[in-house]
Amino acid sequence: MKFLVCISQTPDTTAKISFNADGTAFNPAGVQFIMNPYDEWYALVRACELKEALGGTVVAINVGPATNETTIRKALAIGADEAVRIDAEPHSSAYVASQIGAYAKAENFDLIFLGKETIDYNGSEVGSMLAEHLDLPFISYASKLELNGNMATVEREIEGGVQVLEVELPAVVSAAKGMAEQRIPNMRGIMMARSKPLKVVQPVESTDHAGVTRFELPPAKAGVKLVDPEQMDELVRLLHEEAKVI
Amino acid sequence: MVLIYAESPNGQLKKAALEAVTYGKHVADMLGVECAAITLGNNVTDAGSLGKYGAARVFNVNSSNLNDLDSQVTAAVLANAAKNLNASVIVLSHTSTGKSIAGRLAVRLDAGLVSGVNALPESNGDTLLVKKSVFSGKAIATYAINSPVKVLSLMGNALRPEATGAPVSVETLDIAIPAGKVRVKETKTIDGRVPLPEAEVVVSAGRGMKDPSNWGIVEELAEALDATTACSRPVADSNWRPHHEHVGQTGIAIRPNLYIAIGISGAIQHLAGVNNSKVIVVINKDTEAPFFKAADYGVVGDLFDVVPRLTEAVRKFKAST
Ligand SMILES: Cc1cc2nc3c(=O)[nH]c(=O)nc-3n(C[C@H](O)[C@H](O)[C@H](O)COP(=O)(O)OP(=O)(O)OC[C@H]3O[C@@H](n4cnc5c(N)ncnc54)[C@H](O)[C@@H]3O)c2cc1C
Ligand SMILES: Nc1ncnc2c1ncn2[C@@H]1O[C@H](COP(=O)(O)O)[C@@H](O)[C@H]1O
Repeated sequence: MKFLVCISQTPDTTAKISFNADGTAFNPAGVQFIMNPYDEWYALVRACELKEALGGTVVAINVGPATNETTIRKALAIGADEAVRIDAEPHSSAYVASQIGAYAKAENFDLIFLGKETIDYNGSEVGSMLAEHLDLPFISYASKLELNGNMATVEREIEGGVQVLEVELPAVVSAAKGMAEQRIPNMRGIMMARSKPLKVVQPVESTDHAGVTRFELPPAKAGVKLVDPEQMDELVRLLHEEAKVI
Repeated sequence: MVLIYAESPNGQLKKAALEAVTYGKHVADMLGVECAAITLGNNVTDAGSLGKYGAARVFNVNSSNLNDLDSQVTAAVLANAAKNLNASVIVLSHTSTGKSIAGRLAVRLDAGLVSGVNALPESNGDTLLVKKSVFSGKAIATYAINSPVKVLSLMGNALRPEATGAPVSVETLDIAIPAGKVRVKETKTIDGRVPLPEAEVVVSAGRGMKDPSNWGIVEELAEALDATTACSRPVADSNWRPHHEHVGQTGIAIRPNLYIAIGISGAIQHLAGVNNSKVIVVINKDTEAPFFKAADYGVVGDLFDVVPRLTEAVRKFKAST
């Protein structure tokens, strides 16, 4: 089995978010970057588990600059066998999907994993785009995945329930909570990661049709209005008359 | 034309579909073009009622092969429909179904996509400018879409459905349906209340509840408010509550009109899933709980006293209206 795991690098959830003076670009100063949690905890770990059980190779792929290599090495330390970095600024999900699509086309992966979404742009777009570039089935928000020969049985979260699906490989799957348990890389993994192959690939031509023109911080909250715990009728009145939510 | 894909799982139009049509109607009016909706499947009930929400025309692709919503199949069908009808903007709902097809549709139509939009766009020549929340609610980004065909997916609860028009008759669209590769073996639904992503009022509780046996007061408040219940991560992790209730960065992100947080400290990872709620009420005995900074209304007190009192007040209010 050949597994591909798409990993992105995002600011840590606890990072303070700021922008340059005219609000046109994210300000990375002082921000700690991490592997997108869903990619790391769920997509990558499940791919590694399946490989360990069934044999094969796990390739981690990232579209990003050389500064992302710390994150890529972490994927190798967790258990990926090889990594590929497509050397380009990942300026949109369409761009990322077309780059990974161009690379994956020639490689015949059996199963391609992504995270359910990135925690920076919260798009949930790349998986669906990538599946279309490769003309493969796509299952999003998978919370369980078992392989049986060439068939995958996948559980997927839907509004108000869960679906159980069956799909023939090759397929593209985006992973959510439930898929696997987080793995902390151990010393041996970290040492081995240093000598695992990390290939740098040049990007292909691709045009963008949508992009961010401006960032702003959300309007500041007016501040909390405290209501006396004895006066719950007053809270209900405020929610009805002032906030108009009940 | 603005074409809205109106989701109808099990043949029933979703609330998200009504929101999407309402949104699409505003976009169509702004652009001065026709607003149309499309439904998929052989069992859609009352598709013509989408006319009330602003669709001048409603189409259906009538085939049981579309009931399973395999993204590869639905995206192909919707892309062909959009081409046949010459649609310039396609609106989807940012749901589990919408998220699986939005990207595929954008690739097929060579269109720019912005997913999870929560406000009406502005138009600037051939460009659409549209906002969405990014960095888990910590910022807002304006996107420009420049391609001739544009795809938008609308966040749940971003606007209220407006039923101001009249029903229309449904036109059947004849589109070839490719064979799918995904088979639905089973759909398990959680009974009871409105699913969390669609809920307008959410009552959520955390570790301050001390023990799962104390949840009765939370359920009663939810019942009185006709709300859906949620919880913080440690509560789900210790199996005090079912996992589908877990909201936050690792759970689900929600955007109700009213979020009531009971005995939850307001850690940043929790806020990431709820800070887009329109109004937040926090009940906590600790004045220093970080959640108060993100709240609109706060009650400092012991939840075991405050929650039953609030339930009483809600019942009194509901009885009087
Ligand atoms: C990578 C990562 C991802 C995470 N993802 C999530 C996520 O998705 N969702 C999530 O919720 N958390 C998440 N967390 C955990 C998060 O950091 C917090 O630990 C968690 O939200 C705390 O849950 P809590 O507020 O219920 O409990 P606590 O932090 O223990 O807070 C309990 C609160 O109850 C109050 N309280 C106690 N007794 C009473 C009483 N009698 N009356 C009134 N108030 C009372 C206390 O003052 C306190 O504020 C994540 C953490 C990490 C590191
Ligand atoms: N720059 C990138 N390189 C590799 N994979 C990515 C990149 N950006 C996003 N992805 C993958 O696509 C998924 C969905 O991202 P998004 O569509 O941005 O929410 C992520 O969870 C990753 O698995």
